[in-house]
Amino acid sequence: MLSVPVQDVLGEVVLPGDVLLLPAQAADAPLSLSVASSVTKRMRVVCGPGLTRQGEDLQVTKCGLLRHREPAVYWVDSHQKRYVPVKGDHVIGIVTMKSGDIFKLDVAGSDQASLSFLAFEGATKKNRPNVKVGDLVYGQFIVANKDMEPELACIDGSGKANGMGVIGQDGFMFKVSLGLVRKLLTPQNDIIQELMNVFPMELVIGMNGRIWIKAKTIQQTLIVANILEACEYLTTAQRKQVFAKFSDNVQ
Amino acid sequence: MAGEVGKLSKNLLRMKFMQRSLDPETKKQLEEEEKKIISDEHWFLDLPELKEKENFIIEERSFLPCEDFLYGRMSFKGFNPEIEKLMVQMNSKSKEEVEDLEEGKMDVDVSDEEMARRYESLVGTIKKKFTKKRDRKAIQEDDDENSNIKSSKVKKGFIKPQD
Repeated sequence: MLSVPVQDVLGEVVLPGDVLLLPAQAADAPLSLSVASSVTKRMRVVCGPGLTRQGEDLQVTKCGLLRHREPAVYWVDSHQKRYVPVKGDHVIGIVTMKSGDIFKLDVAGSDQASLSFLAFEGATKKNRPNVKVGDLVYGQFIVANKDMEPELACIDGSGKANGMGVIGQDGFMFKVSLGLVRKLLTPQNDIIQELMNVFPMELVIGMNGRIWIKAKTIQQTLIVANILEACEYLTTAQRKQVFAKFSDNVQ
Repeated sequence: MAGEVGKLSKNLLRMKFMQRSLDPETKKQLEEEEKKIISDEHWFLDLPELKEKENFIIEERSFLPCEDFLYGRMSFKGFNPEIEKLMVQMNSKSKEEVEDLEEGKMDVDVSDEEMARRYESLVGTIKKKFTKKRDRKAIQEDDDENSNIKSSKVKKGFIKPQD
């Protein structure tokens, strides 16, 4: 077991069991009467996935790279294929069952998620959404509890779909690791920037590791799918080479 | 025996209708006894006081608050214009936390200028509604003056016919 100050291992590999010591705060700070100084001394620390609280410090529960964001957000960027539902995540689910008022969706988690037929934009008891078994649905978790069945919804708080709902008929869905999905969704990431210049296409990325792609032809769809799958193991230079090849083809 | 006959039992004295006739001393005595019974029956936990410790670590199971993720639906090179519109909307929402900026960009059915123009004319219409017929003329004249077009109309009056 390693117990190190958290600022020393930022961006480095951490292992489960490691204890990260948070910078000493109010404990050894001199007592002060002014409120302002006490607020600045005691920051709210957010520990994201891969970290748990252990007393005053953080304990690592997953192996990966320790990430940090201002002011005090820490999480572990890990390689993982098993998806665990988290409230608020947008995922792609496959409808497996239609039973009465709810659909059962496979979301690549340990349990199937339920989706009410009323949780679609414009759906009423009389006007049911047209969802068939086998359809792909892009939705958001509204209940994700380790002891309960997860529940999806295809509308946001104000009843708008905002792109959620059944994904179009054609296209191709494949699975990648959760780490790659996060990489693809990071703002201004290279892969998406390069992908923009390849083919006209549409893609849906679910936080559960599923990606759905549709381009003009089946051939183009498969090319993009293969590139994205390969992105997991390609170095930046290799990837640039591949993308250059295809962006030339178009122009 | 005679002394005891005059005394009433405690339970009887505790009754409501007997309270008035009690002298203050016995009243006090009874109250004390009652308190004792209550405090004996009440039980409490014999534990050391809990130390309240404020926690400054928030556990979060989601990546969403850690990284500002893009919206999961994308479309490039005009493949699906609907999604492209949505992309701009959703991705700008996460980036710009300043509400004011977004408000300026919002798609509105009626632009501010159009609304101002509407209201401008509306003021006149409503004003007309609340004026009597007689005053309307005056308002119209006012308007004419404002627009710098002098009416060449001569005020018409009733001329009494001459016999």
